This record gives sequence, structure tokens and C-alpha cells, in this order.
Amino acid sequence: MAAKRSVIPFGPQHPVLPEPIHIDLVTEDEKVVEAIPSIGFVHRGLENLVTKKDFGEMVYVAERICGICSFGHGYGYVDAIEHIMNIEPTGRAKYIRTLLFELSRMHSHILWLGLMADAFGFESLFMETWKYREKVLDMLEAATGGRVIFSIMRIGGLRKDVPDDILSGFLPELDKIEEGIRACEKAFLSDPAVLGRLKGVGYLSKEDAVKLGCEGPFLRASGVARDNRMKGYAAYSDMDFDIITSDDGDSYGRCYVRIQEIYQSANIIRQCIEKMPKEGIYVPIKGFPNGEYMTIIEQPRGGACYYVHASGKKFIERMRVRTPTFANIPALAKTLQGCDVADVPILVVTIDPCISCTER
Amino acid sequence: MSLANFTKTEFKNLFRKPATEKYPDGPATYKDTTRGHIENNMDTCVLCSVCQMRCPTGAITVDRKAQTWSIRPFSCIQCRRCVDNCPKKSLSMAKEYTKPDVVKSQMDFELSDRQKAVLAEQARQAAERVAAAMEERKKAAASAKQTKDGEAKKSEDNKTQ
Repeated sequence: MAAKRSVIPFGPQHPVLPEPIHIDLVTEDEKVVEAIPSIGFVHRGLENLVTKKDFGEMVYVAERICGICSFGHGYGYVDAIEHIMNIEPTGRAKYIRTLLFELSRMHSHILWLGLMADAFGFESLFMETWKYREKVLDMLEAATGGRVIFSIMRIGGLRKDVPDDILSGFLPELDKIEEGIRACEKAFLSDPAVLGRLKGVGYLSKEDAVKLGCEGPFLRASGVARDNRMKGYAAYSDMDFDIITSDDGDSYGRCYVRIQEIYQSANIIRQCIEKMPKEGIYVPIKGFPNGEYMTIIEQPRGGACYYVHASGKKFIERMRVRTPTFANIPALAKTLQGCDVADVPILVVTIDPCISCTER
Repeated sequence: MSLANFTKTEFKNLFRKPATEKYPDGPATYKDTTRGHIENNMDTCVLCSVCQMRCPTGAITVDRKAQTWSIRPFSCIQCRRCVDNCPKKSLSMAKEYTKPDVVKSQMDFELSDRQKAVLAEQARQAAERVAAAMEERKKAAASAKQTKDGEAKKSEDNKTQ
């Protein structure tokens, strides 16, 4: 006798979910046959504010698109405007931007590790990883003055300089964080109980990952070496790093890629501090932007596109953001097919969903 | 693969001091650079309204008639734009975060008596200067008229001759 099909609504409010995504799970005997995702619960209309805010003030709004990758959103908007206005930021501004970008990436990945530990029910590991996230937040606070929203970006450079003594103080902190994450890594990548929840769960092949248009660590965990940082925006062209990939294609691979990227980010920060130029941080701007530009940058969750269309006025006509989570949702629906109902929370967490920035 | 990987870390944590602060019981620690809340020195403020114009959320209101400077702390996003733009360096960023509240309050600050006296004195001097300038202009106009009248009279005399 064929098993009876039933639909389980999952989210938008769900104890294991940090983000308001709704998925209708069509199940057959505890197995998910089909997953139908739907989003649109926290739309705030931030993109439309671009027509009501001065283009310089809009940086604050862009930063508030997301609370975790806030620096990246500010950077993407500022980068697009700078290309429209033909402004080349100074070397020091570029290096500090790269450094803060990598700190945000560390912060986001460590946060994700904690959420992952929470999803498979390892509470003490969750608290341990967030202890190190706190150290990263402290570094961000020392550098910019804010823990979540940094308000340091400005069209033409930075609003304030980060002194060299604060930057050199980051080096011992980075060592401590790296040491702590190495201790946690053992639990994530070699603990049999954890491996039982991760290995082989939510497999996505390389072909499917490319076909479904995945982004970021989710894509790299399926063995596709694509990282927008390699395009060399900000000061990434001066940095020495490789794309981290994994051939596993499952939740374990995604965990591995993100842990390795934390070490990679720490290395890039060290390189930034070592090569930091001395010159100024700000180039004065003249007039209003006129033209359009589309830029793509690598957020912690993957590539994010920013489109800005300006018409030589104080207010910009159109701004559009495509976030990595939006690109990863089709692949999430694909990986959910055939998994156990108990694995659904883990799989949703493996794409590192950020629904607030997807809906803006 | 090995068993009990995390046990070592867990045991270490048993004998370490807590990683968190006991905030409501003890004082919270802030970095030197933390952007907590805006403070205005009412001894140096000249109520120029630049902060009001620059504030991206409209949290600051300057009332020149009542000589008050008000901020709505729940609208303030701590972007530091007003502090950067203050011409008298009267505004500053303090480290502590705004205290929680049950209503979206507004905090009004009145100019200090000393600063009120300074502003009144400045206004008086400015008024004096304006009055003096007006007086001078009037005199100049009167003298110009006189000379013009004189010239006109002369030309009339010439005509009659």
C-alpha cells in the first residue's frame, strides 16, 4: 500500500528557525517528497527609500538591510556609486574596507557554526562558538564603534580612520580565536554523533549546484571553485588566498568550507595589517552621480549584486539588491527532496538563510 | 574520528571564569570608540541647527525661540553625523548606550544661563551693528540727496542766469 501523503507547514515562526521562511513539506512516511518554499513575511521596502533619502544618507539605510552582513551591503552600495562617479578610494581606505569585510565574514561564519550546533542539538558547542564570535564583535567595536551597524562607510572612502595601534592589537586576538575555533572544529568535523547528523545529509551534485544558480559556501561545498573576491575588488587583488572547496556536497562539506574560510579570513586580516598603507582615508566628492552600475561582491553567504541607477540628482532613481539567500532557495528546495523530516532544520540552516536581507 | 572531542574544552570551561559580563548587576564595559549616545554641551551650543539638518532620521530638534535642544534617543541611530558636522564641537558621542524605556521619550536640554547670556550679548551686539549700519546708510542717503539737491539747484540757477 502506498504511503499517505501529507503536507507539514514549516515556519515562518518555528523554534529551530532563526529566520522567517515558510516551507510546505509534502511528506510520505517521514520522508520529504517535495518542498515548496515561500518568502515575503518581513518586507520593509528599503530599496524604495533610495528615492527619498539623499544619496549620501542612503549608505545608512543600505547598511541596515541586514544585521549580519551589514558591512557588505554598505560596501556594495558605496562601490556602485563610486564607479558611477569615477572615484578611486585611497589605498588605506581599501585595506581597511577589506579588513572589516573579512572580520564580518568571520563573525557571520562563527555565528553560523553556533546556529548549526544549535540545530543538531549540541548546546554547549553553540555557546563555545559564540564565545569567539563575541571576540570578533569586540574587534569590530574597537575598530568602528559599532558592534552590528558600523556606520564607517562613506562615498569616497571611510568616515573615520582606524589607528594602527588598534589594528596591531587584533593580531593576538586573531590567534586566540583561531585556537578556539580549532578546538571546536574537532567537534564539528570528527565527532561521531555530529557526523551522523551531517555526513550524506542534503547531497547536492556539482552539476545541480551550477544549474540551480547557488552562491557562496553552499556552491563551493559542491566542488565549484567560484569566489567573487577573486575579481579583486577593494584590496583583494593584493591578498594571497585560494578558493576553498569541498567535494562532499553534503552538510559536512558546507561545514568544512565555512570553518576553513574562518582561518582564511584571519589570514587575509593579518596580510591587511602587515601591508596597511599610510595615506589618507577619504577622497572628496563633487556633484551628484549620473549613470548606472551593477557590482557583485562576495558576502559571507555568497555573491550579492547591487544595481544603482542615478540621474544626476540628489536622489537616486533605482537601487536593487540581489542577495545570496535568494539564489540559494531553489537549491534548498532540491536538497530537501528525499530527506528525513528531522533533517529539515539542519538543511535550512546549511544555506545560512538570511531572509531579512532577501526581502529587504 | 574520535570519541568525546569536546569533553576537554568542556572541562576547561568548568574551571574558567565566565566569558560573559554580569551586566545588570555589574557595570557594562565599553570600548573607547563605542558609539553609545549623543551628548550636547549646553555651555557651547549656539543653536545653529546644523545637527538638525544633517540628522538622517530627524531625531534632533532645535528650538531657537525657547532656546532648547532636543533629541529623541529612540530615533537616533548613533551614526555620528551630527558630531562630525558640529561647527562648535559642542556635540560628542558618549560610550554608554541609551537606557531602555517604556515610551519613546524625548530629551530636552535648555541652554545654560551663561550661554544664554552670551547669546543675548551676541544678539545685542549684532542688533547694534545692524542699527549702526542702518544709521550710516540713512546718513549717506541723506547726504547724497543733499548734494543732488544742491547740484539741481545750481543747474536751475545756471538756467535762470
